[in-house]
Amino acid sequence: MTVTGPTMTVTETPTRTATPSVVDGVGASAARPDGLPKVDGSFIYSSDEYHDGSLWGVTLRSPHPRARILGIDTSQAEGLDGVRCVLTHRDVPGSRTYGMKVYDQPVLAFDEVRYQGEPVAVVAATHPEIARRACDLIVVDYEELVPDTDPEMSLTGQVEGLFGGGLARHIKIRHGDVGAARAAADVVIEGRYELGTQDPAFLGPESGLAVPLGDGGVELYVSCQNLHLDQQQVADCLDLPLDKVRLVLSGVGGAFGGKEDLNVHIHACMLALRTARPVRMVYSREESFFGHVHRHPAIADIELGASRDGRLVFSKVRLVLDGGAYTSTSQVVIANGCYFAAGAYDVANVEIDGFATYTNNPPCGAMRGFGAVQSCYAIESAMDRLAAALDMHPLELRMRNAISEGDLLPTGQPVDGPAPVQEILAYLRDLPLPPDADHEAADMRARPGGVGNVTRGEGIRRGVGYALGMKAIGFSGGMDDTCTARVTVWIRDGEPVAEVYCAGPELGQGVVTLEAQIARSELGVRTVELRDKDTDIEESGASSASRQSWMTAGAVAGACGLVRDEILARAAAYLGRPAAGLVLDGREIRDQDGQRLVSVADVLGPESVSHPFTYRHRPTEPVDPERGQGNAHIAFAYAAHRAVVDVDIELGLVRVVEMATAQDVGKAMNPAGVEGQIEGGTVQGLGLAVMEELQITGGRIRNPSFTDYLIPTMLDVPPMPMKIFEFPHPDSPYGLNGVGEPPNLSSTPAVLNALRNATGLELPRAPVRPSDLVVEPSVQTGIA
Amino acid sequence: MLLRSQYPDASPICGGTDLMVDVNFGRARPPTLLDLTSVEDIDSWELIDDGRTVRIGAGMSYTRIIDEVSGPCPALAQAARTIGSPQIRNRGTVAGNLATASPAGDSHPALLACWAQVEVESVRGPRLIDIDDFFVGPKRSALEPDELIRAVRVPAATGPQQFAKVGPRNAMVIATVSFALNLDAAAGRVGTGIGSAGPTPLRARAAEQMLEDVLADRQTSATQEAGGWQTSATQKAGGWRRGTADRQWGEAPSVGRPRRQDPPAVGDRVAREFGALVAEAASPIDDVRGSAQYRRHALSVLARRCLNWALADLEADA
Ligand SMILES: Cc1cc2nc3c(=O)[nH]c(=O)nc-3n(C[C@H](O)[C@H](O)[C@H](O)COP(=O)(O)OP(=O)(O)OC[C@H]3O[C@@H](n4cnc5c(N)ncnc54)[C@H](O)[C@@H]3O)c2cc1C
Repeated sequence: MTVTGPTMTVTETPTRTATPSVVDGVGASAARPDGLPKVDGSFIYSSDEYHDGSLWGVTLRSPHPRARILGIDTSQAEGLDGVRCVLTHRDVPGSRTYGMKVYDQPVLAFDEVRYQGEPVAVVAATHPEIARRACDLIVVDYEELVPDTDPEMSLTGQVEGLFGGGLARHIKIRHGDVGAARAAADVVIEGRYELGTQDPAFLGPESGLAVPLGDGGVELYVSCQNLHLDQQQVADCLDLPLDKVRLVLSGVGGAFGGKEDLNVHIHACMLALRTARPVRMVYSREESFFGHVHRHPAIADIELGASRDGRLVFSKVRLVLDGGAYTSTSQVVIANGCYFAAGAYDVANVEIDGFATYTNNPPCGAMRGFGAVQSCYAIESAMDRLAAALDMHPLELRMRNAISEGDLLPTGQPVDGPAPVQEILAYLRDLPLPPDADHEAADMRARPGGVGNVTRGEGIRRGVGYALGMKAIGFSGGMDDTCTARVTVWIRDGEPVAEVYCAGPELGQGVVTLEAQIARSELGVRTVELRDKDTDIEESGASSASRQSWMTAGAVAGACGLVRDEILARAAAYLGRPAAGLVLDGREIRDQDGQRLVSVADVLGPESVSHPFTYRHRPTEPVDPERGQGNAHIAFAYAAHRAVVDVDIELGLVRVVEMATAQDVGKAMNPAGVEGQIEGGTVQGLGLAVMEELQITGGRIRNPSFTDYLIPTMLDVPPMPMKIFEFPHPDSPYGLNGVGEPPNLSSTPAVLNALRNATGLELPRAPVRPSDLVVEPSVQTGIA
Repeated sequence: MLLRSQYPDASPICGGTDLMVDVNFGRARPPTLLDLTSVEDIDSWELIDDGRTVRIGAGMSYTRIIDEVSGPCPALAQAARTIGSPQIRNRGTVAGNLATASPAGDSHPALLACWAQVEVESVRGPRLIDIDDFFVGPKRSALEPDELIRAVRVPAATGPQQFAKVGPRNAMVIATVSFALNLDAAAGRVGTGIGSAGPTPLRARAAEQMLEDVLADRQTSATQEAGGWQTSATQKAGGWRRGTADRQWGEAPSVGRPRRQDPPAVGDRVAREFGALVAEAASPIDDVRGSAQYRRHALSVLARRCLNWALADLEADA
């Protein structure tokens, strides 16, 4: 591993899993430091943040998907007892807009509202109920306009009133010669696959506490995925220098990409600065559905050609992702969707066109998988169709075409790093299928319809489906991505204690656990303290793109290396012998033979040793705009699923019987954490296959609640046999690879393929609804 | 009652599993809450009417209904099993379900199928409302503003009962449609209830009538063989009485426990016709939970399956 930083260049930082005496080091299933508090309820989520004398902030949102704002009258609201201030766009001190990539989202709407739920005004009051009532008293004079909600119209770039005429980005990837390959192909299939809008559905709503500081600055305790990018946007909109805006990570109750964009941030700070009082904001569950971005809904047209013996000869994909009203990360999501639209296959001739659109639908942005979920669903659906056309087992077709090291991606980049796709698929091939269910004997919870008591075996058919997914890990396309950590060691009661300080947000994925594990392994210490994550240290980048473990591990291991070097140098001076022969083993300094020479306590005395370290991964380059060629990625990760389903073909109800999966993680830094990520990603994909859909009509969300936006319950989640491969990645700390997103890719299409296998239906759209799965028409109603 | 009349705009609260959702969503902002959980006797049940009727107190949770009255009230208990999650079943009550009067309330089809009565009370006195008169519109009931539900009276089962509910998730889901069936062997009557397929919970009268006729015919033609509709009841000392006399209510019912599917006695044609009539009785709409067309279809399937299971139970009892 090569790590470079501003302070020092270290080559070959040791990748040893240090001394045998290390407990809960790298590779152990160390317990999460936040585990117990989360279970016993003492964990402080951002919605629990409290400050004496704090006011409550509430947001007034647009009821219309599109309307011109003719006027806003806040006088009645301001007159309500207990109201401290009412702010509109006129009160935004700095930039009127913000955004992760493009500043186009208004802090508070000023000319038009472009989606239902867009913030228009904010109120601070002594009680949340008073603030809500004040919102009801704000009179907004809207001129309603007809919303544009059809992405197929938008991608023409000709729709007046939308940014870019409706087109956010067109990605083109051209590789080989699709025309010639089509002429030579023995079998060609085509398909259109649609995917509805998934919501991240985190349980911890958007929330935070803004505290005004005496110097005109503000401190914001908030749940988010990237403190520093948020800090920049908040400072720009408040017209404050960065050092007057301090962000502190509060407890994050899930994010999945939905907390990369700002939510309460600027509003809470504006209210706090105006009232000179701390301000709390907590979105309600319903508001939360309007307060964050969703997964882009997709339409994919795919054409695949193969030779008679099942070798893919070309792949042609047109992918449309609707980004809704504002840009957020749409331009990057579509790129990532396109990079992997031809799947994890070796195919020489590829043509991919991807369009990200603007409409008056709810804004979409980052969500676990970042575009690759949509394209994986499409290509893996098409692969099953191709297998059927070839009369070949779907797994065999995949194994014949699976990508391997050295193959060229559609972007022309050679696949480097381990690509154990054959091994992953072979595991699924060789794993015995679960036994057939005896529905008459089984508990009703094991049957489609579950506790609804709808069948005792009538109408049930079983299906098996496979899917394979691939995605880049980390930031791609030429971004200089850094992560800084500081490690400090001092002596307490004769024992060395290490403190790790790094801003990489903990969302529940367990990066805090890894920080401590790495310090234990690298320094041999027992006690590790984790400092609060805030913007006082340099940036760590986002907890996104499955990158934070990789980047944080690089930074923390690098900082530990510098600390160790200094302790050894001090020991050398203390002992009067060269540092080269010294070994740091927790509380002791030993020689090469393990002989104790001196204690670390004696070497350090009352002093501490502290070093920051900035980690960078290898450089990447952007792809060229015309043919989409370039070495854009640092690493790739692979996973596959085999789904087994039971379908009641009369009622269209589903019970997923088993989700088997295999994934290469490079190095399982914390095996229990890895399993948790794989299970969670699999379940989120299962949800997208059979129930999770934000239903949007005419730009309006019809089911903004957990009553009707359904996510899987315990009784929807099947056993998940899994195989975790550890093929060390050559470029990463400890050989690890990103883990969080890959299990989310292939889960959805595996379930879809299993449902297709069970029913014989084409199922061109997910999530499937019960009515889509009814095979046998009822005599009376003729539904088919 | 006095409190109720003194605070006319107070919202009574039992389990709070409906009311607090409305409060959270800003749909309800009750100025006062009237906590009913401390009212005496409200969370217990008893057999009344010479053991023929189960009187379930307004404050009795679904969990206790499942544990304690699934013998005499199998359809209601099965409906209770499908409601929410363990937490919701520990708090939620039939009275709250009734007062909300949602067309999707899961207890309603079972109460309809059993011809239950709602016992209500105000300072003006108590009264009994037949379940058929209780639901007057979407989320509207015959309850007067000052009235409280004291109990629900459910005639004890004298024959097989079934309840089934369709939803796109395998637990904790609002019904897309639901259906309850009660073969009242003692009286030779058939009761049905349909949920989530109309502005109110509904009864499928034509289907009930058809099935009563078929079962009565079958009994007449089968009297010599002593295997008919009412035989189990008549031979074994009168239907449900057999139950009260011979065993403790409260044992697990056959509902929901899978069993070998005996060949349905009345044949698939009748079951399908029954399903069709149930579907016809519904007047569903398209909404986020499903289309009207799917709802009708699913109802016909549920009704057919429930009938087959109930008839198999009836045969087994004979
Ligand atoms: C997560 C979740 C899942 C759910 N799942 C289901 C489900 O699967 N099926 C289903 O049918 N329902 C479901 N519900 C709704 C709810 O649980 C039921 O309707 C329950 O029966 C309500 O009972 P309660 O005692 O909690 O009512 P409360 O919320 O206490 O009261 C509901 C209404 O009834 C009034 N009320 C209460 N008691 C009386 C009384 N004695 N006299 C007069 N008025 C009274 C209240 O004023 C209020 O208007 C669910 C709710 C939640 C939160």
